[in-house]
Amino acid sequence: MSGRHEPGVRGSPYAPHTADETAAMLDAVGADDAAELFDIPESVAFDGEFGIDARTEREAERRVRGLLSRNDDLTEFLGRGHYDHYVPSLVDHLSQRSEFLTSYTQYQPEITQGFLQALFEYQSMLVELTGLEVVNASMYDHASALAEAALLAARVRSTDGDRVLVPDYLLDARRDVLENYTDGAGLTVEAFGTDDGNVDPDALADAVDDDAVMVYAENPTTLGTVEEHLAEIGDLADDHDALFCLGSDPVALSILQEPESVGADVVVGDAATLGLPTAYGMGLGLFACRENFVRQVPGRLVGASEDAADRRAYTLTLQTREQHIRRERATSNICTNQAWVALRTAIHAAYLGPEGLVDLGNDCVRLAAGLADRLDDVTGVQAPVHDRHHFREFVAHTDQPAAAVASDLEAEGFAVHAVGEHLVQVCVTDANEHAVDDLVAAFEEVA
Amino acid sequence: MRYDQARWTHDADGGETGEGEDAQGQYEPLLSEKNTKEVDVDSPLPDDLTRDSVELPDLSEPELARHYTRLSQMNYGVDSGPYPLGSCTMKYNPKFTEDVAALPSAAVHPDRSGRSVQGTLALMHGLQDYLARIGGMDAVSLQPPAGAAGEFTGILVAKAYHEANGEGDRRDEIIVPDSAHGTNFASAALAGYEVVELPSGDDGRVDLDALEAAASDRTALFMLTNPNTLGLFERDIEEIADVVHDAGGLLYYDGANLNALLGRARPGDMGFDIMHYNVHKTFATPHGGGGPGAGPVGVVSDLAEFLPAPRVREVGRREGEGRGTGGVYERFDPENTVGKVHGFEGNWLVLVKAYAYIARLGDEGLADASAKAVLNANYLASQIDYEVPFEPFHHEFVASAGDQDAADVAKRMLDYGVHPPTTKWPEIVPEALMTEPTEIEGKDTLDQLADAFDAVAAEDEESLASAPNRTTARRIDQTSAARDLRLSWQSLDTEE
Repeated sequence: MSGRHEPGVRGSPYAPHTADETAAMLDAVGADDAAELFDIPESVAFDGEFGIDARTEREAERRVRGLLSRNDDLTEFLGRGHYDHYVPSLVDHLSQRSEFLTSYTQYQPEITQGFLQALFEYQSMLVELTGLEVVNASMYDHASALAEAALLAARVRSTDGDRVLVPDYLLDARRDVLENYTDGAGLTVEAFGTDDGNVDPDALADAVDDDAVMVYAENPTTLGTVEEHLAEIGDLADDHDALFCLGSDPVALSILQEPESVGADVVVGDAATLGLPTAYGMGLGLFACRENFVRQVPGRLVGASEDAADRRAYTLTLQTREQHIRRERATSNICTNQAWVALRTAIHAAYLGPEGLVDLGNDCVRLAAGLADRLDDVTGVQAPVHDRHHFREFVAHTDQPAAAVASDLEAEGFAVHAVGEHLVQVCVTDANEHAVDDLVAAFEEVA
Repeated sequence: MRYDQARWTHDADGGETGEGEDAQGQYEPLLSEKNTKEVDVDSPLPDDLTRDSVELPDLSEPELARHYTRLSQMNYGVDSGPYPLGSCTMKYNPKFTEDVAALPSAAVHPDRSGRSVQGTLALMHGLQDYLARIGGMDAVSLQPPAGAAGEFTGILVAKAYHEANGEGDRRDEIIVPDSAHGTNFASAALAGYEVVELPSGDDGRVDLDALEAAASDRTALFMLTNPNTLGLFERDIEEIADVVHDAGGLLYYDGANLNALLGRARPGDMGFDIMHYNVHKTFATPHGGGGPGAGPVGVVSDLAEFLPAPRVREVGRREGEGRGTGGVYERFDPENTVGKVHGFEGNWLVLVKAYAYIARLGDEGLADASAKAVLNANYLASQIDYEVPFEPFHHEFVASAGDQDAADVAKRMLDYGVHPPTTKWPEIVPEALMTEPTEIEGKDTLDQLADAFDAVAAEDEESLASAPNRTTARRIDQTSAARDLRLSWQSLDTEE
């Protein structure tokens, strides 16, 4: 056995046992060695080694730092579903407080009021931004939230149907997750046509019928365009008793049409556009819906209640929908979710306040339009290719092959998406606007 | 924003409540109650594409710092005290892992080219390798963003395997023991399978006869936790694997209890074909009040071709000194991949922390963690008055509260300053108190925990039913929360 007081003997650095304590405990349970307490048949016991060296904290820190230092230091103009906005220092400092970071799900609400209130406040701010009455305490990401929306649609719809209609601009990965989640429920995912980046209402009208359980659209779209037909989409879905699910995010929702006002029944998206820096695709699944679906909602809900002293208190509620109680009849299998990211999102939103958030949303419009104008002036580049309003990002045409342009830009220190043979996509926010001049100059070099 | 003072009695001086002395001053108003502001949306976009206004909290940075600091003080974490929440494996989270996850070099966009993120890919490859060695598996995907997502992914892999063998339609059942985590049932149902519940034997383990009766050519998968949720090792695991494999099914390992086995046994050696790792449990990455976690999935070689895309592989070595030396890595799509289970690459920051933790402990630390976890559970169980009906257990045990209500026991334990065990589950033990101290508690803390158990065991029904009394909030009315739904501060507006 090992312990912190035995130099040279190594074990878990986070087990506090001294040798004396270990001996006393072994004595109490009547064993000479903890190995005796393992009830593992010899035939399946592991007597080899993993071959993983133990390290001091300094060595482990250097190991990880050394690996990650191999990443190139590029200025990213990347978006397409994963966005980088400047995260105020306050978010890091407060969310890192260990009572938040090291706690579990709030199954004992009397000692987790702080986190429950923070989640209640997260839910409330997203209620304001979506206009829908119910927001859950998080899904994994945009893709899984979209998939759960389709499953909800299939459950609540009054007539049978198995078609989920999505726009053809939907990201492949998002569609892949949607299909994986809905296959077991017998749903099929079908794409309808779009027009110059936005939904083509005629194509949707042709596609939608009474077998459609849900119609999905985005605002802004994956291509960065601002959708102009939301109310029509809502009406078309409603005409066939299909749910209208809208994909968006909290920054966009600050200025774009309120989802409730255009008939959205469900809003999904990635709420970590506020709160998380670029984290290799880690996110926070936003899930909001109308109140009449509340008993079919996936995931956790925080509600207000009273305690025995009649004071307001918060608790997880409607837990009978969840997998730990209803098991195979649960509304979803989600258990561990993204609660800590929701905390960060709430802090970031509160930090910005209404004026800061609206300013950020407006900046996303101005920055995208401004950068598109400047790239359009570059010989060999036409931007944007879609004659629409844009939010954060846009697609540009390059006379050179897009892959070569992206590769050459990378050599200059910039990352953009190559999305077609001669199409690149560029995303600009408050996080990279300082480098816009340099990006334009680099385009002039390589395009 | 309005709220009803008469109903919500929460003056900062606690004067109106007249009781709950310890809770005085604990109330923290909602952000909306402090200040909100409605602003008109004046945008470069046409009016018909924008909303009219937004109303949100409007507070200064110092006010927010105090608000969230206050909320943190109203929350109990592992750093606050013992957290023996059975099956949840709440361990101390090393602080340096937060620092490495916060490195600017860790923050990259998922659409970056592989050549520009060699560090990220190297770490992913390293973690795939670590996890494969620890689990005795041949290939690992890091993509599932939680344990239940890992289960679902494993089931998709099994489904793809059976479909590739032309048995996709026939194998429509998944067998799950009655003691299993609820997520097993939910994940199986989500993937479209019939769930066959397997009753436990009298000894709390899998009943081989019952399993033989349940297994058939309709069996796609048998999902098992080992040690199971009673903390008992399934000693017949080789026979269990034979029964499942003979029926043509696959064997799935639920990694929730892997903390009991590190360096002592490996799922791959026991005959498991697929497993998930709860890195937020076994490898001490913070659980964040409900997540994010991560649920990497490991499989034996025959199943590697079905794992989610992309995975990471080493394609060469670069010799020399300094940055850029070592392996050269690329993303690749397994040949018959099930596709994606997350929009991008899962919960990356959690994976960084897991890697750092494993790199810190190494072989000796990991094995010692299990040894101490098992010792701690056995020691604690030996020191409490509640009966523990099933043994020998490993890193967790299930005591029975007997005539007491386990939920009440938990509430009373809060008054003793400790987080209580998981209650009323698994249902095999009446009034279950499922307890997992983990390796991070020393003898003094375990003695304190035992004192709390024993003090509560000696108390009468009335004192239990009125608990807790010394917490931020007193007993919370769950029924009214569910009957009269108030899920946002907007819904408080209409309160009478």
